[in-house]
Amino acid sequence: MTLLSADGLTKRFGGVLAAKDVSFALNAGEMLAIIGPNGAGKSTTFNMVGGQLKPDGGRVTLAGHDITGMPPREVCRLGVGRTFQVAQTFLSFSVLGNVQMALIAHHGQTRRLLAEASAMHREAALALLDRVGMAAQAGRPIGELAYGDVKRVELAIALAAAPRLLLMDEPTAGMAPAERASLMALVSAIAQREGIGVLFTEHDMDAVFAHADRILVLVRGEIIARGTPEEVRADPEVQRVYLGHSGTRAAARARRAAHG
Amino acid sequence: MPRFSLSRRALGATGLALLARPGLAQPAPIRIGELNSYARMAAFAVPYRNAMQLAQDAVNAAGGVMGGRRIEFVFRDDGSTPGDAVRVAEELLTRENVAFIAGTFLSNVGLAVADFANQRKRLFLATEPLTDAITMAQGNRYTWRVRPSTFMQTKMLVEAIRGRNVKRWAIVAPNYEYGQSAAANFKRLLPGAIPGAEIVAEQFPALGRVDAGATVGALGASRPDGIFNVLFGADLTAFVREGNTRGLFERRTVVSLLTGEPEYMIPLGEETPEGWIVTGYPWEQVETPPAHKAYVDAYRARFNDTPRKGSLLGYVTVQIIANLLNKANSLDNEALIDALADLRTDTVVGPVTMRGLDHQGTLGTWVGETTLRGRQGTMKNARYADGADYLFPEDEVRAARRSA
Amino acid sequence: MEWSFLLVQALSGLASASSLFVIASGLTIVFGVTRIVNFAHGSFYMLGAYVAVTLVPWLLEFDRSPWLFFAGVLVSAVVVGLFGVLMEVTLLRRIYRVPELFQLLATFGVVLIVQDLVLLAWGPVDIPGPRAPGLRHGVYILDQRFPAYELFLIFVGPAVLALLWLLMHRTRFGVLIRAATQDREMVGALGVNQAMLFTGTLFLGAALAGLGGALQIPRVSANPQMDLSVITEAFVVTVIGGMGSVPGAFLAALLIGQLQAFGVLVFPKITLVLVFLLMAAVLVVKPWGLLGRPEAAAGRAVLPEGILDPRPLDLAGKLLAAVALLGVLALPLLDAYAVKVGTEVLVLALAAFSLNFLVGNGGIVSFGHAAYFGLGAYGAGLLVTRAGLPMEPALVAAPIVGGASAALFGFFVVRLSGIYLAMLTLAFAQIAYAVVFQWVEVTGGDNGLVGVWPSAWAASREAYHYLTAAVTVAAIVFLRRVIHAPFGATLRAARDSAQRADAIGVDVRMHRWLGFTLAGAAAGLAGGLYAFSKGSIDPTLLGIPLSVDFLSMILLGGIQSVLGSIAGAAAFHAVKDFFMPLTDHWRLFLGLSIIAMVLIFPRGLAGAWASLRGRAA
Ligand SMILES: Nc1ncnc2c1ncn2[C@@H]1O[C@H](COP(=O)(O)OP(=O)(O)O)[C@@H](O)[C@H]1O
Ligand SMILES: [Mg+2]
Repeated sequence: MTLLSADGLTKRFGGVLAAKDVSFALNAGEMLAIIGPNGAGKSTTFNMVGGQLKPDGGRVTLAGHDITGMPPREVCRLGVGRTFQVAQTFLSFSVLGNVQMALIAHHGQTRRLLAEASAMHREAALALLDRVGMAAQAGRPIGELAYGDVKRVELAIALAAAPRLLLMDEPTAGMAPAERASLMALVSAIAQREGIGVLFTEHDMDAVFAHADRILVLVRGEIIARGTPEEVRADPEVQRVYLGHSGTRAAARARRAAHG
Repeated sequence: MPRFSLSRRALGATGLALLARPGLAQPAPIRIGELNSYARMAAFAVPYRNAMQLAQDAVNAAGGVMGGRRIEFVFRDDGSTPGDAVRVAEELLTRENVAFIAGTFLSNVGLAVADFANQRKRLFLATEPLTDAITMAQGNRYTWRVRPSTFMQTKMLVEAIRGRNVKRWAIVAPNYEYGQSAAANFKRLLPGAIPGAEIVAEQFPALGRVDAGATVGALGASRPDGIFNVLFGADLTAFVREGNTRGLFERRTVVSLLTGEPEYMIPLGEETPEGWIVTGYPWEQVETPPAHKAYVDAYRARFNDTPRKGSLLGYVTVQIIANLLNKANSLDNEALIDALADLRTDTVVGPVTMRGLDHQGTLGTWVGETTLRGRQGTMKNARYADGADYLFPEDEVRAARRSA
Repeated sequence: MEWSFLLVQALSGLASASSLFVIASGLTIVFGVTRIVNFAHGSFYMLGAYVAVTLVPWLLEFDRSPWLFFAGVLVSAVVVGLFGVLMEVTLLRRIYRVPELFQLLATFGVVLIVQDLVLLAWGPVDIPGPRAPGLRHGVYILDQRFPAYELFLIFVGPAVLALLWLLMHRTRFGVLIRAATQDREMVGALGVNQAMLFTGTLFLGAALAGLGGALQIPRVSANPQMDLSVITEAFVVTVIGGMGSVPGAFLAALLIGQLQAFGVLVFPKITLVLVFLLMAAVLVVKPWGLLGRPEAAAGRAVLPEGILDPRPLDLAGKLLAAVALLGVLALPLLDAYAVKVGTEVLVLALAAFSLNFLVGNGGIVSFGHAAYFGLGAYGAGLLVTRAGLPMEPALVAAPIVGGASAALFGFFVVRLSGIYLAMLTLAFAQIAYAVVFQWVEVTGGDNGLVGVWPSAWAASREAYHYLTAAVTVAAIVFLRRVIHAPFGATLRAARDSAQRADAIGVDVRMHRWLGFTLAGAAAGLAGGLYAFSKGSIDPTLLGIPLSVDFLSMILLGGIQSVLGSIAGAAAFHAVKDFFMPLTDHWRLFLGLSIIAMVLIFPRGLAGAWASLRGRAA
């Protein structure tokens, strides 16, 4: 069934049309990638889905609910977790504290005045950290971690909301290639196992072609192509405008990997 | 010259306390706490403190009080806020073991210390705060005021314009209690002195922040025949300059509180307007009693400066205190209070009585006209208005203090 | 009213606007480049006036020409600019790396020092300056006389604006100023000599303030209160215009000039608060002022200023707290005055702690926290004096009044962030101050109300001390608990990254609002206790100076520490209480102490304690 559908999303910043009539749908358990050059409007589209931006036009529907223009906190409560292009974490907290905070928020306990926050949801938080491979670092201040590790913790934070939908804006930016592959494998495993829909953007074409079920190509705010990785790869317009050589090669590598 | 004044406690802190202590043979001096805004209101309070020291030394040189005991003032800054002042008063009473306290400048500070004195049952001689409340609605057994109040000084000025054909009046006063109550007193007293007079404009600029251009413009627009001014200090200078340039004071009667005091005259300098009717202190023209001249000479010789209104107040206050101690011959505060009621003291400006009814002293002030002499302003046609003639009517005092 | 009068009144407004702009432009430039909220800007203004009333008459002795007059004014401005350089080189340069709030505290220390140095150098008597030769007269505009000098002033503002525009667009220095204002990191990345840029900026800013002061000497005498009378208005102008925006400051100065010129006609009693009402209104509608830009996006990888992950007290901390508590309880063994001071320290500690709950824990910097302290005091005091209730219910009412007013103002405050938020808290505090000040029938106006004494059982110093100790310690322990609890953690989370907090389902505004209200209630409780310890209430309890004192206390204590503000309150009060009886110039020593502490303990007393323990371990 359709988990998320965007219909005709449009956003304008002054003279710039950052998104124009963007429409797509995403099923539970599916991984949908949005690709496109810098400034294409990918983050803008994410932010309209996540509630960080109000669209100028169009509708966002989550499992049948209209969530257009809802603030992020309400979108979150409806089961949407997300990571940001520039990781957003609570810098003064420990790694564990970040995830505990997310769990406290998820359980609606943020107004408690007397409980000891650092003792709440410890086990659950450790389990989440374990899933993203960060349990060993639980006690460290998050500011000390390498950027790639921060991104993993951010994923754990997003998962704390027990989401039906994950929004991941460039989840592997700033990571070494090996790290990227393992993170994307992790995400895709979680998505499949738990039936979570994942909307993500990536510049790393290896990651996209390896893990996306379907791909949208966004250029200057407009979707110029959509389909399975094979279809997108084969689209001459996409090759001309965006993928060029490196994309084609990545697609070839992905096909070999899939068959091999 | 501003100067660092170190108190006993400071000397103690630097290990010199022993040197400063008087010999054991002498009887212990009588210590009196004096708290005032020496830091923030230095232009007034430092000459006041100078004169107090001068008077203290004079009293001690003449054999002290109560049969040979010296008096010693312990000076403290009151921090210019009621909160600080009450703490300082507490320190004077508990650590410095003063017999009683005197001083304060700002009305809110004076009122807070007065109430504190009432609570602690200690005498408080409020020397400078002008608010009527301190002797009227909020008066108490332990608080006595030396200086003529806002009401008394306003009344002196209103008497000075009695019967003049000046009907339309504008008021300009700083927006705080002193200004507001001076304006209220003026409005109340004016019809009795000039039948048919009306108030056509009122301006209350924030203290220390007068927007002189806008204020002068607004006053002029109301076309008054007379102006009652309560501004002082930097506000006054700005107001006078702006008014002079714009011709606000031309062909108008101007009545102004305190403007004749050297504290406010000196900064006006060449801009001193001609012919304003003011209260003030033309110290160089005061001939009687002769003791006044002796005090002026002593003050000038010791401090190399001319006396201010604050100096006079400080000197008179010490004279009253010395007289009080001699009469009461005790440091018991209840005895002091009883002795203070209707106590008459011959001061450098003549007799001053602390009226028992409302605890207000009859110290007066001078009423005259401003004039420019050389490059400096002064007063002409000045006469001493004895405070005894301008006190609140007795029945009014009784009504006000009953509710207190 | 006649047209000629309205015209002249408008011209008066333009003249004030011009003067105000000259001063505010310097403040806004300094803020734009250094991000320092420079309290000492008013001191530069005052120095400008004092230098000018010294220099200009001396010059006019040679020849009473307008040229010498204006040469004197310009030289005064340059001299004050050099004072600015002095401050940058000797003080600010050492503290660019310490948290921004500390820089603010240091500039406040400079204010105190300059106040006393001016008294020492020029004496307490106001010094009138000479009138400008050639511009002494009044000119007729229709039938109204208007000072020629003010006509001249009207043109100074636009001239300064034009010169600044040229400087900003035609010189390398100006281009760097603009670049730094827009993006500070970029300048660092460009490899520009930052120190030179900052020194130059301070010179420019201070010189503009000095010029503003020097230009005033034909109108007002130089006096030792000038600094504080101008600084709040200069802040209001910069904030309304948008911090860092010179044209914005110009626009705002015009607005305020006219507001005051015509305000005195309509509301002659509330001119003081009109500007703050305007500022509050502007900020509610335009959160970054008229021409300001949103502050660069947060979320960079720098540790936030404030409390980090709070840990339970370690053994040494527990010992220290126990010793402090025992000391408080044992004070009556000393003397009566020590008890009095101890009571005050406890009250101030609670007030400071509640402020740090906002600043350190929530990242909500309030410049007007005394408002809630004072309103709590008034709530309690009015119940006792007007309604005749005893102390006990009045003390219950104090936190309710403080909390309710914090809830009312906080509703608007939490919509903003950073310096604009701070300025809105200041505006609301001033509005509350004005209400208390003006509503004489109820509040007693600036005289305040007396007779706020404790019930008989708590009347003795010792009994009241123990009552205060019980209440404040309980309140502090409770607030500390809240900091460790989910609510406190949520406020910290929102401070670290509002975006992330929002994305995990936290209603950031609501939590900030609740936090603001809780802190206001605690401050109100402290205010109520204070009122009964003094026996009186008056508007200074809501004033800016007290708010600044509270800020100083938490900064001295260290905003990154949970319990540091208690030490800060004790230290601040002790320093003040030590110097006040020693000398009239206690402000000088207080200022020097503040600066010394900022330089020696840039992370506050708690930071010093932590590094001491770190070294020992
Ligand atoms: N807050 C904003 N204000 C103005 N313009 C913006 C804003 N956010 C994005 N843009 C503009 O919208 C366009 C799309 O940006 P973005 O969605 O971030 O692209 P992408 O994530 O695909 O790189 C760009 O031209 C960008 O400059
Ligand atoms: Mg992007």
